[in-house]
Amino acid sequence: MNLDRRLLREMDSARGPLIATIGLGALAGLLLVAQAYGLSRAISRVFMSGQDLAGVAPLLAALAIIAVGRALALGGSELAAHALANRVKRALRERLLAHLAALGPAYARGERSGELANTAVEGIEALHAYLGEYIPQLVLAALVPLTMLTVVFPLDLLSGIVLLLTAPMIPLLMILIGKAANRQSRRQWTQLSRMSAHFLDALQGLPTLKIFGQSRAQIAVIAAISDRFRDATMSVLRIAFLSALVLEMLATISTAIIAVEIGLRLLYARMDFADALFILILAPEYYLPLRMLGTRFHAGVAGVTAAGRIFAVLETPVPGCAPVSLAPAPATVLTAPFDIRFEDVRVVYSEGERPALDGISLHLPPGQTIGLVGPSGAGKSTLAGLLLRFVMPTAGRITANGGDLCAAPAEVWRAHVAWVPQRPTLFDATIADNIRLGHPDASDVEVVRAAQGAGAEAFIAALPDGYETRIGERGARLSGGQAQRIALARAFLKDAPVIVLDEATANLDPETEAALLEAMRALLRGRTALVIAHRLRTVREADQIVVLAGGRIVQTGTHASLREQPGLYRRLLAALGDGV
Amino acid sequence: MSRRPLLRLLRLAAPFRWWMLLAALLGVATIGSSIALMATAAWVISRAALHPPIGVLSVAVVGVRFFGIARGVFRYLERIVAHQTTFCLLARLRVWFFAHLEPLAPARLQEHRSGDLLARIVADIDTLENIYLRVIAPPAVAALVAAGMAVFMAAYDLRLALALVSLLIAAGALIPLALRGLARQPGRELVAARGALVAAVIDGVQGMADLAAFNAQERHLASVRQLSRALAHHQWRLAALGAVQTALLSLVTSLAALVVLVLAIPLVRGGQLDGVLLAVLVLAALASFEAVQPLPAALQHLDSSLAAARRLFELVDAPPAVRDPAQPLPMPTKFSGNSISDPLLHVEGLRFRYAPGDPPALDGVSFALPAGAIVAVVGPSGAGKSTLVGLLLRFWDYDKGAIRLAGHDLRRYAQDDVRRLLSVVSQQTHLFSGTLLDNLRVARPDAAPDEAFAALRAAHLDRFVAALPDGLDTWIGEQGLRLSGGERQRLAIARAVLKDAPILLLDEPTANLDPVTERAVLETVFSALAGRTTLLITHRLAGLERASAILVLEKGRIAERGTHTELLQHGSAYRRLWARQQAEQALIADTTSTPL
Repeated sequence: MNLDRRLLREMDSARGPLIATIGLGALAGLLLVAQAYGLSRAISRVFMSGQDLAGVAPLLAALAIIAVGRALALGGSELAAHALANRVKRALRERLLAHLAALGPAYARGERSGELANTAVEGIEALHAYLGEYIPQLVLAALVPLTMLTVVFPLDLLSGIVLLLTAPMIPLLMILIGKAANRQSRRQWTQLSRMSAHFLDALQGLPTLKIFGQSRAQIAVIAAISDRFRDATMSVLRIAFLSALVLEMLATISTAIIAVEIGLRLLYARMDFADALFILILAPEYYLPLRMLGTRFHAGVAGVTAAGRIFAVLETPVPGCAPVSLAPAPATVLTAPFDIRFEDVRVVYSEGERPALDGISLHLPPGQTIGLVGPSGAGKSTLAGLLLRFVMPTAGRITANGGDLCAAPAEVWRAHVAWVPQRPTLFDATIADNIRLGHPDASDVEVVRAAQGAGAEAFIAALPDGYETRIGERGARLSGGQAQRIALARAFLKDAPVIVLDEATANLDPETEAALLEAMRALLRGRTALVIAHRLRTVREADQIVVLAGGRIVQTGTHASLREQPGLYRRLLAALGDGV
Repeated sequence: MSRRPLLRLLRLAAPFRWWMLLAALLGVATIGSSIALMATAAWVISRAALHPPIGVLSVAVVGVRFFGIARGVFRYLERIVAHQTTFCLLARLRVWFFAHLEPLAPARLQEHRSGDLLARIVADIDTLENIYLRVIAPPAVAALVAAGMAVFMAAYDLRLALALVSLLIAAGALIPLALRGLARQPGRELVAARGALVAAVIDGVQGMADLAAFNAQERHLASVRQLSRALAHHQWRLAALGAVQTALLSLVTSLAALVVLVLAIPLVRGGQLDGVLLAVLVLAALASFEAVQPLPAALQHLDSSLAAARRLFELVDAPPAVRDPAQPLPMPTKFSGNSISDPLLHVEGLRFRYAPGDPPALDGVSFALPAGAIVAVVGPSGAGKSTLVGLLLRFWDYDKGAIRLAGHDLRRYAQDDVRRLLSVVSQQTHLFSGTLLDNLRVARPDAAPDEAFAALRAAHLDRFVAALPDGLDTWIGEQGLRLSGGERQRLAIARAVLKDAPILLLDEPTANLDPVTERAVLETVFSALAGRTTLLITHRLAGLERASAILVLEKGRIAERGTHTELLQHGSAYRRLWARQQAEQALIADTTSTPL
């Protein structure tokens, strides 16, 4: 029946709107019965008892009031259902985002980020139809027919039995056919989306097709593929529609059966006309909530799918520190300058996987720069993530001034670390606000000084609104080099004793590279720094170079010493240099 | 917006009008069956209440059974016809749109910049796909049902017909239209609020590391919470309007039964109307409101369809950036032009800007490309290098100056003829979802598998492909095998080999590759495509010793020109670029000889 227990539990927080939704929906159902009753009496009195308009006027007035009441109850129920959905959605979204923040960047990295953002917005919105339409309809589909049955049974046993027997067949058939139809409609959907994908592919490849003189030939291909998909899809749909046919028929045929059955008993005067008419008016209304449930079935499916994705995130445990870290932090741990040690650290992202880092022991003495080199996938970013507490060691520990890093909350530790990522995120805000990321209260003078330090002053001044230019998704686009300089400015403004720096590898032209290099050098002066070096000269100037491969440290030394030994470092240098 | 989008849409759907009419009639028959079921059933029990002989009822009883079955059958037939029509319409829309977009690519598409433009187009066409089912059909069916009910009611009394039709119009058109007007402003605000929330959430997730590193997560969450609340507020306003609509539609339907009673009761009393018909008229009137139920949703779909159509038409209505001349020159089959004084390609004073008011992307560029020579164009990004490629490929028309091919201006040839002479390996190779062979055949549709394989061999991709279980039939692209950057570029080289055009344009073919792969791919390019007239465009100074001339492009102008050695001796800009790259090489000065 498409129920998600976790989602139903969420509805506890919105009990008021839930009761209002169901209560008002049931009231609307009752008023519907009253309306059918009033109509049947009014017609009967005119037709059978020969009364005139004045005679039935009070009844018609009552019917008008019932009509207004029913309209209000229906509207109110819909609104209450919306309030219910809104409340659950908002609470879930806030919890989801807070939990994502707690899970940290290691969880939200890479390709998953788009999917997570989609879950937090579209996924949550997909619950709307489930909570606000499907669930209330589910309750009504049980409640309204039951109410009608209790009215019909005392009046006419036979009709009551017909209604009672056919009602469960609709959901039953829906489940039976629904399963098959679901599979088929999913297949149809895949086919349609594949056709869209081909179309998108052809559009994206238009310049290529044009260069090869194939673009007009593609028109015929699109037509042929569309036709092929149409034929395939229609043969599937023809069967799927049969299910709808059966459902529709069940409702209309039983209405017809009831009409004939009560008509015959009327004929032999075994029944009252008014009661017969009353039952006839009710009959289609009896099946309506059940059929509506069918049309909302898809909303239910989409909702459960979305709920699955949402709860998968919510149920992911937040990584904590290894249990070694129970001792309280001595005050010196969080006092600059920092002397940082990695002690036999191992990181495994998910069980059974090859460790991302293994047996890492590393010393970062205060004020020194450690250069980190290695092929991609060697574990460089994981090592940097450990220092930022984005990643927790699976085994081993990291100490600062002799105390376990884990003893301090992540936020407290991060206040002492500045980070310049390879591809910094620029937020949808002004340049100045972006530089202020870590220091919302920094003065304009401080922001400008940080920008100058990062060598960003010149290009910012050239922007139309200077520091007040909006950037990010919907603002001015900055080049890779410019974005890196904004990130450097953030780090200058933060003025932290520890720096983690990931050099840009994007296609920077040589001029930009040189300017960035200068700024980075200034930033590293006098700080404890870990630099992931890709191709710049920072690696040569590092106090110590650590060569990583396959999650292990394979070489350590200075540039001068490493260059003399055969090994990975020399091979890396050769590759870096010769390609330029 | 040029012309009315709805009219143009309908014109596109015109070839299927008979099918649409058939589907609409089947829709009318479906709802008509419901109405007739209730009407005949009401007649049967009203008549039966008068205790006539059973024979009087027999025809009507058959009618009740018939309509009970007919509804489902009609619905089934309607769905088949309607979906068949929809798929035909969809195919036509895609073909029509692609045919109209083809002359505009890539120039007019790049002007829109936004990366998701193409995805947007596909989504818009998918929206239009439903135009029959969700926009055209419901009002057509409702109008026909209303007309039928008017005739039915008018047979007994004209006022009954007028009253019922007015109420149907109120429920199906007036109320939804009025509420749509009221919902417009909140609807716009809702879209904006949702967009703001999406942007903030994406920022928060993609920038989570930045936020965490700077302890700014709490602050960001607070702003997202606020946006989420704003979205809920706008949704609430729209929900309130929706609830009003539900209430009003229910009220009008109930009212219809009452109005029919009020009008019909005096007729029954006055003897103008048989009492048996009282229940028939009331139940038929109630049943007829099923026809107007889908109209509010149809109105919403109309709005989204029109918005989609407007965007598509706007795109398609743009004039192409390049038009073929009325009488294109025939392309010579033999080319001479192998000297500097009589080159194969001659660029003279070329000037171009992407839009009026923009700074010139190329500002007076002149050079000669003799047959068989390699000329390189270097310079920082934004210097105009890719623009030059776009102009050579005739993707844009230049403003001033000329590009002469075999002595004649490029603009005097047909675009396809020009492109036939050019092979391109660019920094981004588009792979189509399809097999490797399909992707190679883009270059030559009639290429036999062994020819394709020979091209792969020239591109040093033959061993890679031979090792694949499906070989040339391996599916690549979106849902298939993912090729590495180097493999993609080698595939592009294989395409160029297959195409076998005399002129080769290399547009930063190794820009996205790591240095090791870059070197290997460049070597393959020059070995596989040796002897062709080549224009090499790059911002890295690799492999330039091969060039007979190097042009240093800066801000749309040629700053310096000469051979590698000449420029190193005399050129300042080139020397600066070279010095930078040497500075990096200094790092490894004593290790370059180490083999990898």
